[in-house]
Amino acid sequence: MAIYLTKKNKVIVQGITGRDGAFHTQQMIEYGTNIVGGVTPGKGGEIMHGVPVFESVENAVKATNADTSVIFVPPQYAVDAIYEAVDAGIKLVVCITEGVPVIDMLKVYHYVRTKGARLIGPNCPGIISPGLSKVGIMPGQIHKKGKVGVVSRSGTLTYEVVHALTNKGIGQSTVIGIGGDPIIGTNFIDTLQAYNEDKDTEAIVLIGEIGGTDEEEAARFIKKFVRKPVVAFIAGRTAPPGKRMGHAGAIISGGTGTAAEKVKALNAVGIPVADLPSQVADLIAEKLKSSGKRQMKISKKPTTKKAAVSKSVAKKKSAKKAAKK
Amino acid sequence: MKIHEYQAKEIFRKFGMPIPDGEIATSDNEVGKIAARIGKPVMVKAQVHVGGRGKAGGIKYAKDAHQAWELSQQILGMNIKGCIVRKVLITEAVEIASEAYIGMIIDRAAKMPVMMVSPAGGIDIEEVAATTPEKIMKLHVNPMLGLQNYQAMNLARFIYGDIKTARKAAQVIMQLYRAFMHIDASLAEVNPLITTPQGEVIAIDAKINIDDNGLFRRPEIEAMRDLNEEDPSETQAKDAGLSFVKLDGSIGCIVNGAGLAMATMDTVKHFGAEPANFLDIGGSSNPEKVINAMKIILKDSNVKAILFNIFGGITRCDDVANGIVTAVKELKPPVPIVVRLTGTNEDMGRRILEEVNLVATSSMEDVVKKAIELAA
Repeated sequence: MAIYLTKKNKVIVQGITGRDGAFHTQQMIEYGTNIVGGVTPGKGGEIMHGVPVFESVENAVKATNADTSVIFVPPQYAVDAIYEAVDAGIKLVVCITEGVPVIDMLKVYHYVRTKGARLIGPNCPGIISPGLSKVGIMPGQIHKKGKVGVVSRSGTLTYEVVHALTNKGIGQSTVIGIGGDPIIGTNFIDTLQAYNEDKDTEAIVLIGEIGGTDEEEAARFIKKFVRKPVVAFIAGRTAPPGKRMGHAGAIISGGTGTAAEKVKALNAVGIPVADLPSQVADLIAEKLKSSGKRQMKISKKPTTKKAAVSKSVAKKKSAKKAAKK
Repeated sequence: MKIHEYQAKEIFRKFGMPIPDGEIATSDNEVGKIAARIGKPVMVKAQVHVGGRGKAGGIKYAKDAHQAWELSQQILGMNIKGCIVRKVLITEAVEIASEAYIGMIIDRAAKMPVMMVSPAGGIDIEEVAATTPEKIMKLHVNPMLGLQNYQAMNLARFIYGDIKTARKAAQVIMQLYRAFMHIDASLAEVNPLITTPQGEVIAIDAKINIDDNGLFRRPEIEAMRDLNEEDPSETQAKDAGLSFVKLDGSIGCIVNGAGLAMATMDTVKHFGAEPANFLDIGGSSNPEKVINAMKIILKDSNVKAILFNIFGGITRCDDVANGIVTAVKELKPPVPIVVRLTGTNEDMGRRILEEVNLVATSSMEDVVKKAIELAA
């Protein structure tokens, strides 16, 4: 199993005839994603990479029973595309588009939730459950099926970390890029909850960056609810205040949203934060090793005790590290 | 995007907000004419994109047109925190009985706009929040419904005990909300919102920041961009479709993806050097972008080495390599260049780089260490 995305998802591509939409449709099909159709108004009836193109999402859903959509349309049409997908009954909407106005996202965020649908993004690389399906633009070949859940606000930085995990022989259950915008449909907390409940995920990697307070909220959530080891990386320790660092959401404003605050909040609940992307794989390897041992030893003890053990392990480790320095 | 006070006031005025009479001037003679037309005491206010203008001496009271003309000679051309004053706003000086604050931002955690008001106006709101938080009232607004009149009234009554004044302030709060939502703002505030001894409520200062993502549908706001207030290299980068922020270090960084670009800067720092910039060439594989990126970085004389950190996905390593080769031939960079290529078409990229005797590594840490070594 994986979270949000398995082989069963029937996927349509909104903007399938555009340059990016067409290219990534082919990539997704090659990876094994169950692409059942696409939507481009004015091009209904055409065939793209072997799948039918429809005039509207409603038509596509009627004809294919699609439950998932991925959006590749330009920013001025992206909000409309999200509403169209959700209104047609799509349950998982992945919006790749960068540049969606924040004011619109405020409404989209709440509307999608009232409809019981899930939005990933915008401004994100998408989601992949290695070996099962990918809905997005990430290079499939760097991933490996396994038991680590990854959630990230970034794109290529996620690839960097996933690549390091795979090179170390550590596979992933699901990898989600939740997006670099200030308002996004799925947050760290939603994903952490899903990984916590997913029986095939044994450890979690959280990749955050400057801006907002999502990492701090994630830390509080992990302390309360998450019973699996978590390792983090935070980008932007050297970012100056008041400057947007590429992502619309990556900005330190009014002194809040710094990397230091986020690292502190995560450390405070026993989550080790890697100094370099490659160290994430080392930290996860250690966590998997120690949690494996622990499960053998105290397999029937209540979960709360486990958490206490993992915290003390983290403390010991950071103490060791400090001693080395 | 930041805009000037006079531009924020133009926007607010369109939404019906009471703003004192005023005009913008770029020379002392213009200042004299405007002040004479107003015919009352005026304020001469420096228009720059930084806070603390008053403390720096950029805002002055003038009792008549002659004094305004004199004062503007001091203020025009003044350097406030690195910004040269090129424009001054000449605006009627109104009598102040009380000062309040009204503002609006997006609460990222709540996914809602939030209105903030305080009877303690005229000072930095962050200071009020830190020292006397009980003097601030916050109200989250349901973005589906918008700000309701009763909510605006509740906010206004928190500032003013007098019902007549509160009614006037509630209108201003509504106007602030409508303006914010209509122009794709990310921050809008009036500080201070004042009352006059006659009981009028007037916005005598205004600040608006704009969400860059909304600019495509707000050409009238895009036109307010003041290039004089931006770092020229950042403007050049923006025109070339690059995301760039200038920093003070010696290691130039060219990276694909914003998160990886930040992580690259952090890695430079981790190994004991300082990054010269943030630069994201974006997801596409356009060799032209690589050339432009190198041009911009080479303008910075602090740069002692340039490192490329490319993790190919949609970005193809061979395209970036072609860009590097062209850039090296065309620009003949006086500083060493080191390259990391991993991912899509990595091997092709390596072969292409051989033409200019560059050897790409595949590890991010190695390339950073090498750059630092060569820069030393």
